[in-house]
Amino acid sequence: MSDQPLLSVRHLSTTFATPAGPLRAVDDVSFDLDAHETLGIVGESGSGKTVLARTLMGLQPRLNVEVTGSVQLAGHEVVGASTARLRELWSSEVAMVFQDPMTSLNPVMRVGRQIDEVLRVRHGMDRAAARARAIELLDLVGIPSAAQRYRAYPFELSGGMRQRVVIAIALAGQPRLLIADEPTTGLDVTIQAQILDLLDTLRAQLGMSVVMITHDLGVVATRTSRLLVMYAGRVAETGPTGDVFRHHRMPYTRALLESSPKLSNAPHTRLAAIPGQPPNLARVGPGCHFAPRCDLASDRCREVAPALEPTERPDHLFACWHPLRTPSETPGASS
Amino acid sequence: MTETTSPLLRVRDLSVTFPHHGHTLTAVDGVSFEVSRGETLGVVGESGCGKSTMGRALMRIVEARTGSVELAGVDLTTLRGRALRETRRRMQMIFQDPISSLNPRRRIADIVAEPLDAWKSAAGAEREATVERLLREVGIDPALHGRRYPRQFSGGQCQRISIARALAMRPELLICDEVVSALDVSVQAQILNLLEDLKAEYGLTLIFIAHDLAVVKNISDRIAVMYLGQIVELAPAQVLYDAPAHPYTALLLGSALEADPDQPRERTVLQGEPPSPLDPPSGCRFRTRCPDATDLCAREAPMPRDVAPGHRVACHFPRRRAD
Repeated sequence: MSDQPLLSVRHLSTTFATPAGPLRAVDDVSFDLDAHETLGIVGESGSGKTVLARTLMGLQPRLNVEVTGSVQLAGHEVVGASTARLRELWSSEVAMVFQDPMTSLNPVMRVGRQIDEVLRVRHGMDRAAARARAIELLDLVGIPSAAQRYRAYPFELSGGMRQRVVIAIALAGQPRLLIADEPTTGLDVTIQAQILDLLDTLRAQLGMSVVMITHDLGVVATRTSRLLVMYAGRVAETGPTGDVFRHHRMPYTRALLESSPKLSNAPHTRLAAIPGQPPNLARVGPGCHFAPRCDLASDRCREVAPALEPTERPDHLFACWHPLRTPSETPGASS
Repeated sequence: MTETTSPLLRVRDLSVTFPHHGHTLTAVDGVSFEVSRGETLGVVGESGCGKSTMGRALMRIVEARTGSVELAGVDLTTLRGRALRETRRRMQMIFQDPISSLNPRRRIADIVAEPLDAWKSAAGAEREATVERLLREVGIDPALHGRRYPRQFSGGQCQRISIARALAMRPELLICDEVVSALDVSVQAQILNLLEDLKAEYGLTLIFIAHDLAVVKNISDRIAVMYLGQIVELAPAQVLYDAPAHPYTALLLGSALEADPDQPRERTVLQGEPPSPLDPPSGCRFRTRCPDATDLCAREAPMPRDVAPGHRVACHFPRRRAD
């Protein structure tokens, strides 16, 4: 492979036309993803992380949606590509795992057949070859007695097993990039750990890149090499995972980290909650979207949106007029 | 914890069964515990472990098959009619989905006033004043928002409204069933802090049911760990996390994902999934997933016993504190 990144996103924006006016769900997002790398995209509900994932796939509807900017996937442009062109990319270049395995599987079709479908339609395998490969894939994703489970319906499987089937379908085309949108939300912690371990093992084994989209900082802490923290459609901070956790500069990143309860906290530890709630994107002001909830916000923050700026650490960028100096800095200290 | 000797809630041998296609599903199986006045008891376990059903059985939303639930010495399981309703005012429950637990066609001030209206405990100006106070206490401006409908609020705000409603009758016991699991972390922290504040203010006793181990540890004094309908371990929160005695607790903690990049990656993750409660394993229910299981575990169900004062575990081979 050449030295150009597998995925290159430049100034990507997705705007929905709503009765209340244009709603920019993804606002000027740029990043690169190298081969074999795992990128975590973290944000709360409404941060635009799911719309971003769908835009990367070219999955958003065409009506009332405007996509600008560029998504280069292994040298192919996704933005503005025809459906026929996208179909060539789907499965062989990029595949997606969605949050809810019950609704992403066809409830009246045996799971094996749902994997077969990809192999036969997209890869021209015959029935027997597809069946053999489907059982291999079920085995690969850790489904016990794969040959029997091939004939199971989705409702006969547990949530964790269904998510494994969805992953098997995604892997059928041997994609170079796997986009996983909240792949473990709604699963028990024990199953969550199993699925994340599986994704990581498969990534290494099959040489894929992974984009992991989640609201849960625990999911990305140890399983990603880089992070993109999103707030209200924009990138708040991005960098190597360890740097974002330990040396974050954007107050939102700190607030997100500090409001998560930790196992190491003593009982009745008071959490640093972020006041208020994420903004309605149809009614946001011109400035930094986090300003109304930020204890460091000034008039400048409310009037002018900050651009992403580099830190002294390589590849670590943040968008803030009043960046934190160190993660431990107290809110009042810099103002 | 308080110095009161008699517990506020005493649960003895509580079992709940449901008929299931001609079989019997035992959702809660002989659960016993006590909760002191002013204490927060956390209840954790995987989905299907019976934690929510247990919470509902305490309220008699579902009927227990056997066992007793005593609130300040009064056995709820034998009460009927008016006596049951009178006692039930003293305990309230809040549920996971805040939006669907509020009537979409009523204004929030009226939703919060519902218990007052049902009990005719306040009317006119007093009713209004009570509602205003309750809304203000949960952080909602009554003048600005009181006449709005639930759909005009976010999930976190709806959960605040549910809490205000639950507090209207000044309950002694509040049962919280996954009350923050549908909320974003920033909002989740707000609600957890609010519950702690209100607990202190109202002198509440809390049963906090959740699947998220970090959330439960942050709010609880003691924690009960459930597996397939049974409490496998019950201990003070810090002890449970520092020195889990049941292999299930240890593995559950090992599976938890921490928002910490320095967390060791090589952890022992619990493999497999819980067996069906319709056909639980013989002996110890956890033995099919337990790394320490022996023949004894298949033959005999371990009886709960104390490994330290206030630390109860149901295991033939409890793990000892590494010291």
